[in-house]
Amino acid sequence: MNMGNLKFFTNGLIKENPTFVFVLGACPTLAVTTAAINGLGMGAATTFVLVFSNLIIALLKNYIPDKVRIAAFIVVIATFVTIVDLVMKAYTPDLYKALGIFIPLIVVNCIILGRAEAFAQRNKVWPAVLDGLGMGLGFTLAITLLASVREILGNGTIFNYPLVGENASTILVFILPPGAFVTYGLLIAVFNRLKLKLNI
Amino acid sequence: MAKKLASTLPNMILSLTFIAMVMSAALTFVYLKTRGPIEEAAKNKEVNAIKQVSPVFDNDPTVEARTFDGLTLYPVKSQNESLGYAVKTYTEKGFAGHIELMAGFRNDGSIVNITVLDHKETPGLGTKMTESKFINQFIGKNPGSFMLKVKKDGGQVDAITAATISSRAFCDALQRAYEGLNKVNDSLKVQP
Repeated sequence: MNMGNLKFFTNGLIKENPTFVFVLGACPTLAVTTAAINGLGMGAATTFVLVFSNLIIALLKNYIPDKVRIAAFIVVIATFVTIVDLVMKAYTPDLYKALGIFIPLIVVNCIILGRAEAFAQRNKVWPAVLDGLGMGLGFTLAITLLASVREILGNGTIFNYPLVGENASTILVFILPPGAFVTYGLLIAVFNRLKLKLNI
Repeated sequence: MAKKLASTLPNMILSLTFIAMVMSAALTFVYLKTRGPIEEAAKNKEVNAIKQVSPVFDNDPTVEARTFDGLTLYPVKSQNESLGYAVKTYTEKGFAGHIELMAGFRNDGSIVNITVLDHKETPGLGTKMTESKFINQFIGKNPGSFMLKVKKDGGQVDAITAATISSRAFCDALQRAYEGLNKVNDSLKVQP
């Protein structure tokens, strides 16, 4: 892999982080991040879909007429989402139950259609896969971080490992919906500040 | 690089048909591969819940399960001798609607243990009903003499602080299980 290709990968991590910079896919970002493990699971599922939909779309881009491209992209994306859905149901039933409706809803996650439209259909296969991987990891890191902050403050645990005593009171609001918005906003602010300071 | 296909009607139809067919084929393959494990996972979940709320048993309760009024009763046996029932029960009175419990009863009607299968209660408040701190007060009690109502309503159950509605719903589901159990026991007595 040369440096030119590496750029496609690192793009999604910081400079064009889909969660903190583009603020795409906010629905699962806000809804499932009540526990770090949920964030990680959601991120992994999304990354899988993103990598494979980018791969297939980059492969097929010359055979998809422009006027039906969105329909074709959605069919490809929905296929991989259904695969994730079935596989998680079979092998990780507990995580599947925790993520619930948000697994099928990956179909309409803007990050995925956005990358297909803005990147995969204009690029070769290898850069498209790297872009999918980078964006997916960027999303995973962001929502796992968000979920960790919420889990620590709201529940006093991290990855279900207790950090405080059993009867300690925690700041409940952080695992309720309003806490999601507050934490998300604060993390975006911190992220932007760091980005400015480090000049990335 | 090859030129992109023009957006003519035949091209569009062909392209979409091709993509849809390939993708459905892939899905069929994955569906067939995961069908077995999905069924097994669902069954394991059921059996694990029964194990949690019952004394040690050696039969397969899911085979002899009977369903009525929305309840499912799993007879639990050891060496063909009845140990009691595990009852899958529900209530719609939760703070966020539907709650499902699995409750284990001995033959005399006393509660062995309870586990929460499904709920949508408020995290940190209603979810405390899944913790042993709340559930332990029911263990060994017989709903025939133990009033399954929170103390506020004149019963004997210590409600969860700030989650009285969830506690009430929990009792409601448990009461439903106990009544279902009595119905089955009565019908067994009538039979010759």
